[in-house]
Amino acid sequence: MTETDRKEVEETRQEAAPADERVRQVGLGARLAGKPAIGAVLAVIIVWVLFAVVAFDNNFVSMATTAAILNRAAPLGILAVAVALLMIGGEFDLSVGSVLGFSGMAIMVLVSPSAAGGLALPLGLALLIALGLAVLAGFLNGVLVQTTKLPSFIITLGGLFVFRGLAIAIPRTMTNRTQLGGFDDIPGSGAVTDVFGASIGLGGANFDISILWWVAFAVSAALVLGRTRFGNWIFGVGGDQDASRNVGVPVSGLKVALFIFTAFAAFSVALIQVSGTGTADSLRGTLIELQAIIAAVVGGVLLTGGYGSVVGAALGALVFSMVQQGIIVTGIDGDWFQVFVGGILVLAVIFNNAIRKRAQRR
Amino acid sequence: MSDTATLTDGRLLEVRDLSKYFGNVIALQDVSMFVRPGEVTCLLGDNGAGKSTLIKTLSGVHKPSAGEYLFEGELVEFNSPREALAMGIATVYQDLAMIPLMSIWRNFFLGSEPTKGVPPIRRFDIDHAKDVTREEMAKMGIDIRDPDQPVGTLSGGERQSVAIARAVYFGARVLILDEPTASLGVKQAGVVLKYILQAKKRGIGVIFITHNPHHAYPVGDHFVILRRGQVSGDYTKEEIPLEQLVSMMAGGADLEALSHELQSAAVEEHDEALAALAHDVEEVGGDHRE
Ligand SMILES: Nc1ncnc2c1ncn2[C@@H]1O[C@H](COP(=O)(O)OP(=O)(O)OP(=O)(O)O)[C@@H](O)[C@H]1O
Ligand SMILES: [Mg+2]
Repeated sequence: MTETDRKEVEETRQEAAPADERVRQVGLGARLAGKPAIGAVLAVIIVWVLFAVVAFDNNFVSMATTAAILNRAAPLGILAVAVALLMIGGEFDLSVGSVLGFSGMAIMVLVSPSAAGGLALPLGLALLIALGLAVLAGFLNGVLVQTTKLPSFIITLGGLFVFRGLAIAIPRTMTNRTQLGGFDDIPGSGAVTDVFGASIGLGGANFDISILWWVAFAVSAALVLGRTRFGNWIFGVGGDQDASRNVGVPVSGLKVALFIFTAFAAFSVALIQVSGTGTADSLRGTLIELQAIIAAVVGGVLLTGGYGSVVGAALGALVFSMVQQGIIVTGIDGDWFQVFVGGILVLAVIFNNAIRKRAQRR
Repeated sequence: MSDTATLTDGRLLEVRDLSKYFGNVIALQDVSMFVRPGEVTCLLGDNGAGKSTLIKTLSGVHKPSAGEYLFEGELVEFNSPREALAMGIATVYQDLAMIPLMSIWRNFFLGSEPTKGVPPIRRFDIDHAKDVTREEMAKMGIDIRDPDQPVGTLSGGERQSVAIARAVYFGARVLILDEPTASLGVKQAGVVLKYILQAKKRGIGVIFITHNPHHAYPVGDHFVILRRGQVSGDYTKEEIPLEQLVSMMAGGADLEALSHELQSAAVEEHDEALAALAHDVEEVGGDHRE
C-alpha cells in the first residue's frame, strides 16, 4: 500500500466515524421489525392474551395449564428448531415424523425381551443402534437430495412413507404389534427416564424435563446459526447454493449434516416420549413434520430459505401448543383446532412477509 | 525487481489444451493460456466466447472435460472452488456470487470465516469481520453505511465492489476478475485498475476479463483473445498496440465510437465524471510505465 492510499483510507475512515449523514436514526420498533423472530414473539403475546381473556374462567392462567402448554410445546419445539435450521439452509424434511415413530419403535424392538419378539439387547447398545439408524435415515435423505438434485420435498415425501412403513411393518413382523410397552421394566431405564422422560413438580403442576431440552436445543442452535462459521454457511446455502459453493462453502457436506441433525432431533423426541410414557407406537409423530414446518414459518423462517431464526421457530411451537391447549380448556370442540392452526399459519406468513419487506426497505 | 524477474520465468497457473463440454455444447476447445506471478493476463472476447467458462474452470467450479491444469508447474485437479481458494486462487464471478438476504460482512467472509476460541467451540469472529469489511470497502472508496445492511439492498456497483474487495482480500496467489468494472462508477473502476497494479507489484498473478480495451491495455502484460471457444490470438503488450487490440475485439470499433461519443458529451455537458475517466485511465497507465 502506498502512502497516498493509506492517507485515503484514513480520510474515509475519519469521514465514516461521525454519524453518517446517509443514515437516519430509526425507532426501536423499526429496528425490532428487522429481527425475524419478532412475528413469533408478538404471536406468543397475542395468543396468550387472547386466551387469558377468553378462557380466564376456564383457568387458562394457571400453573396446570402453563405446564400442559409447555409439555406439549417441548417435543414439537425440539423438532421445529432442527427443521428451522434445515429450512434456513434451503431444504425441507417431510420425513421427521416418520423417523420419530421409527426411532421409538426401534428402541422398543431392540430392548424388548425375546419372549415378546424383541431382540433383548442391553439398553445402552439399543439406544446407540437406534440413534445410528436415525442418523442413517438423515444421511440417506441428505445424500439422495444432493446426488439427485431433486427437490428435498419430493425425496423426503418418499422418506415419510418409507420410514412410517418400516415403523409399522418391522414391529408387526417381529412382535405382532404396533404398540410396545414395558420400557420401565428394562434394566437401566430409570437413569434414561431421569434425564429425558421425568417431570418436575412445581407449584402443584408437573413440568416435563423435555422443556429443558427444548430450551437447550433452541439456545445451542441459535448460537451455531448466529455465531459460527457453520451458521454463516447455512444462511449462505439457503440464500444461493451455487454462489455459496463458488465462494468455498462445502455445500453438500453441510446439507447432509443438516438432514442428519433433523433426524437426530426426531430421535431425541422419540427417546423423550418412550422414556416419558414407557411405550412406543408406530403411529407416533404422524403429521408432526407439518406442524414443525408451521412452527418454523410462524417463527419467521422463509419458505424459500436463507432467512429466519431458530428461537422464532421454538416460539412458533409454543404458539401452536397454546392454541391447542387453549381450545381444550375453553371447551371448544377440538374439531375446530385445525381451522385455527391453518388460519394462524396463513396470518403468520402474511405478517412475516410484510415485516421482512418493510425491514428491507428501511 | 530482481526476485520477480526470476519468478516470471515460471508460470504460476497454466492450462494446456483445455476443453470443456456441456452435453453437446462445446464451450471451450483446446484452450491454452497461462499467467506468471506479478503479471496480468487479459482475457478478451465476444459475448459467449467462453471467457467465464474458462475462469470457472480455473477456479474449480467446473472440471475440465479434457486437457491439463497446472498450478506452480504441478498438475492439479480441483473438486470444488474451496480447494482452489485454499491454494490462494480467488475469483470475482460475473454474477458476483453474493447472497442478497445476507449482510455485507457475512457475504464478505462467506466460506472463509475467521474464527476465535478453542476448537470444539470456535466462534465466527464477528467484530473482526465487520472491521475488515468496513476497512476493505473504504479502500475501494466506498464508505458503507452499516456493515449489517443486506447485500440485496446495495446498489449494483456497491455490490460489485464488495465482491472485488473480497477477492482481493483472499486472493493470495492468483486473482481472477470476470468483468469487474462492468457496473462501476468512474472512480471505482479506477480503483479496480489500481488494485490490479498493486496485486501485480505483490507478485500475484492476475487474470482480468473485460470488454473494455481501454481498461485492459494499461494494466495488461498479456492478451489472450477467445473466439467461439478457441484461442484466436495471444499477444504480449509489445506485440500489439492499443489500436489493434481495440479493433481485434469483436465490437471494438463500436466501443471506440461510443467512448468518443462519451468524451464529446463530457465536453458539451461539462461532466466532470466523464472527464475524470480519461484522467484516471491515463494515471493508471502512467503508474505502469514507471
Ligand atoms: N452450464 C452450461 N450449459 C450449457 N452451455 C453453457 C453452460 N455454460 C456456458 N455455456 C455456453 O458456453 C458458451 C460460453 O459461455 P461463457 O459464459 O463462458 O461466455 P463469456 O465469454 O463469458 O460471455 P460474456 O462476455 O457474455 O460473459 C455460451 O455459448 C454458453 O451458452
Ligand atoms: Mg462471461
